[in-house]
Amino acid sequence: MDEPPVDTSLSSDAEFQAPIRVVLAKLGLDGHDRGLKVVARTLRDAGMEVIYLGLRQTTESIVAACEQEDADVIGLSMHNAGHLTLAPRMVQAVDQAGLRVPVVIGGIVPADDVPTLIDSGVAAVIGPGASAEDVVSAVRGAVERQISPR
Amino acid sequence: MKSCDPLDELFEAARGGNRRALGKLLTMVEKRGETAAMVSERAHRDAGQARIVGVTGAPGTGKSTITGRLAAVSGASRPAILAIDPSSPLTGGAILGDRIRMDSHVDSGAFIRSMATRGHAGGLAVAVPDAVRVLDAAGCDPIIVETVGVGQVEVSIAAAADTTVVVVTPGWGDAVQANKAGLLEVADIFVVNKADRPDARGARRDLELMLDLGHRGGWRAPIVLTTATEGEGISDLWAEIESHTAHLHHSGELIRRRCRRRRDEVADRIELELSDRVHQIVNNESGEMALRRVDRNELSPAAAAELLLSTLDSDNHPES
Repeated sequence: MDEPPVDTSLSSDAEFQAPIRVVLAKLGLDGHDRGLKVVARTLRDAGMEVIYLGLRQTTESIVAACEQEDADVIGLSMHNAGHLTLAPRMVQAVDQAGLRVPVVIGGIVPADDVPTLIDSGVAAVIGPGASAEDVVSAVRGAVERQISPR
Repeated sequence: MKSCDPLDELFEAARGGNRRALGKLLTMVEKRGETAAMVSERAHRDAGQARIVGVTGAPGTGKSTITGRLAAVSGASRPAILAIDPSSPLTGGAILGDRIRMDSHVDSGAFIRSMATRGHAGGLAVAVPDAVRVLDAAGCDPIIVETVGVGQVEVSIAAAADTTVVVVTPGWGDAVQANKAGLLEVADIFVVNKADRPDARGARRDLELMLDLGHRGGWRAPIVLTTATEGEGISDLWAEIESHTAHLHHSGELIRRRCRRRRDEVADRIELELSDRVHQIVNNESGEMALRRVDRNELSPAAAAELLLSTLDSDNHPES
């Protein structure tokens, strides 16, 4: 009961090929973390390792976690209308640290703001109404483009 | 990857406090395979300096909060934490949520790495000592390894430390539970966390009772009451860890423990290699044929195992 069974069909593929490691956080003063918890579960179910930082993180704390965890991608959830300020700041902090880690934004982002965010270096924006598949493919796509840019 | 130079550079940087380099080395060692073996071998040269503390206990007892606070009160300049959480056996994914309890209270300056079990108990038994070795070689000290005290492997990993701390909470059970749970046998120090709750003293009394019935060697595990969210009792806990460290040194137990740890790891590594080969045999063509006969009930599981084992014996070379 306490020892999970070893699923051989899965480990044959996953053993030497490491799962995607994703850092999930909310930046600044924004208390709405229910969506992020659903995303955490969704990404876990897609076979990713989710390093969950939760509420009230700073760009510094997220960069520090990425370094220590050797994360492949950052997922930020934003529900405080601060995305135009905070998301580019996150991208800059990542660049300044010399990390090559894409930043994916989710939450309440008006469609009009999406091009601005993409221009500022955000890898993908997942809007309201996105399905679980959308979330997974946005995160996976961001990681793949980072590894082999078009 | 083949050349040793980039590795040396990474180790050099990690020793100098470069967290990204250390993060990369840990990823390499976690992936297994050829690179992992090189990193492990390289780390082995410089390791052996750090104190290793294991923290284990049931889910929700406050291990992560205690661990984060311990790193802060240790006064060490480069503490490290290895926080291990289970992977889903179905999808291989994991939610690693220990950092959230460590960062939020105190800025310990600790290097914190979350590690998933990756669905393979035997793999964990090798990956953890490797990760500890890398942290050690990078100059981290102390290294605190936190695991959920559920399952043989998780407990034995925390028990493979120099000092093992077992965390319980008030109302976790009585003296009978204490005697039957294998978790408690590995404790060098007990913590009753959430001591602001009623009956913390009752929990302590039950542990005392169990210890009265006998304990290992010349060390009776002390019991520390903590309220980790408030930071209460954490310096007492660190003091007990230090006195246990002193005991390990002057009793010669430290050398014995470390020898035993290395010996166990040899066996764990062989076991892992063998289980990989078992995996191959079961999944190759003749394995699949045998399994189909088992499906149709033409062959008993025992007979099928014997049949396939004979191919393991004849196939004496490692994976090609």
